[in-house]
Amino acid sequence: MAFLRSGTATTGGSGGEAARSGLAGATMTLISLALLALAWQAAAWLIDSPLLPGPPEVAAALMRASADFALPRNILITLGRVAASFLVAMVVGAAIGIVLGRSKALDRVFGPWLIVLLNLPALVVIILCYVWFGLTEAAAITAVAVNKIPNVAVTLREGAAALSRELDEMALVYRFGPLRTLRHVVLPQLAPFFAAAARSGLALTWKIVLVVELLGRSNGVGFELQTAFQLFDVATVLAYALAFTLVVQIIELVLLQPLERRAGRWRR
Amino acid sequence: MTGITIDIGEKRFPAVAGAPARLIYRDFRLEVAPFAFVVLLAPSGLGKTTLLNMVAGLDRDFSGTIRFEPAAGAAARPEGPRLAYAFQSPRLLPWRSVLDNVALPLGRDPAAAEKALAMLRQVGLEEQADAYPERLSLGQQRRVALARAFAIDPDVLLMDEPFVSLDEAGAARLRDLLRRLLVARPATVMFVTHDSREAVELGSRIVRLDGAPAQIVADVAVGLSPQQRRAPDAVEALRRQVIG
Repeated sequence: MAFLRSGTATTGGSGGEAARSGLAGATMTLISLALLALAWQAAAWLIDSPLLPGPPEVAAALMRASADFALPRNILITLGRVAASFLVAMVVGAAIGIVLGRSKALDRVFGPWLIVLLNLPALVVIILCYVWFGLTEAAAITAVAVNKIPNVAVTLREGAAALSRELDEMALVYRFGPLRTLRHVVLPQLAPFFAAAARSGLALTWKIVLVVELLGRSNGVGFELQTAFQLFDVATVLAYALAFTLVVQIIELVLLQPLERRAGRWRR
Repeated sequence: MTGITIDIGEKRFPAVAGAPARLIYRDFRLEVAPFAFVVLLAPSGLGKTTLLNMVAGLDRDFSGTIRFEPAAGAAARPEGPRLAYAFQSPRLLPWRSVLDNVALPLGRDPAAAEKALAMLRQVGLEEQADAYPERLSLGQQRRVALARAFAIDPDVLLMDEPFVSLDEAGAARLRDLLRRLLVARPATVMFVTHDSREAVELGSRIVRLDGAPAQIVADVAVGLSPQQRRAPDAVEALRRQVIG
């Protein structure tokens, strides 16, 4: 209970979200989360089983896991993998998407590959990466990136295909040159597509990273969850889940949303 | 400060999406003297914009040549004439401030911001320098586009109905502004419009095009003084002559 309260206060204050949606919105969020905690506590009382621990037990598990710094360390390790695979996926996916969006011929040849990759189950990619490249860090990051790349590529392809020809011509007449055209004309037009890809990308990436860790790594949140699973230690599972969700929320609020607002400043 | 010789063997649009191929120009020749203000007057859809795009180098899919020659006594620039283009829509970068929009074509010139600000002062938009273009009215956006065109001190200025979809008073103010800017920074102008009164008010020469492929059907020198250009009957008399 205490943990949940402090969590929402942090997100509301640091993200500037409260300032935008108003104090009333933040209060409502707090009440809503408090209700959720109450419902959870009520369910735990009703069922009265170690398989559904209440908030106090989960808070205790959280303290236990944090005492030897295992929890923060594992979260940091997982975040590192998320960041690495996210970066690889964004760069490679954007490059593929922009090329396909600019060339109809290439899109006709390679577009269907994207559809196939897009529909390939994440688990298959993970297994293949581990089988082909071994249970290594590089294989883990590749597996996550490959899962995300077609997503980014499809989004950026849409953006590149919608680039304004009029502004292109303007840049040509006024001799912007390729670099200035990229910086002042092309990238700002792609910014909303980058933002959309990043937003859905982060959500997808961290979920897949946990699976990758569960299947072939010996640390990180995914590995800890598997250990707890084998011990039927539901309190620890929930403690890790809560802590990790909170960290992802904070990243969203202090990193992604301000970036998006900055990119959209010029809009009326 | 550049004369333009346009010599088009053939320009056609290929058939697309059910529409048949169109022949736009065949054996078309037009010479524009240095510092002339040539108005191309023609109904919509005839290929005026296409002609400007060919001169601007945006459309190279034609047979023929377009030559730029420096005025007598002036040296040719190795990189070709400095060319400005005021498009039918302002074509400003919505994510860059008004000042940046005017300064960007100046490239790495260290005084770019200063020059751009001076240009904005001349078009009366100094106070909007830090605003984003979409916060301005259409008339103001067109002023910014004019400032951008003149900021590079162009040899050749191409204008494609730059005052269209403004009310008459607003268009008249912009025509006035254009005349003032040209006095300060003379350039060879090709100005496209379908408005014959605008043509007479602005041009030193009016070339009327018609038909498909487009042909020159009238080529009239306008000898009006600045005062006469503001007098409705003088403009009207010449307008009848051009259309006649």
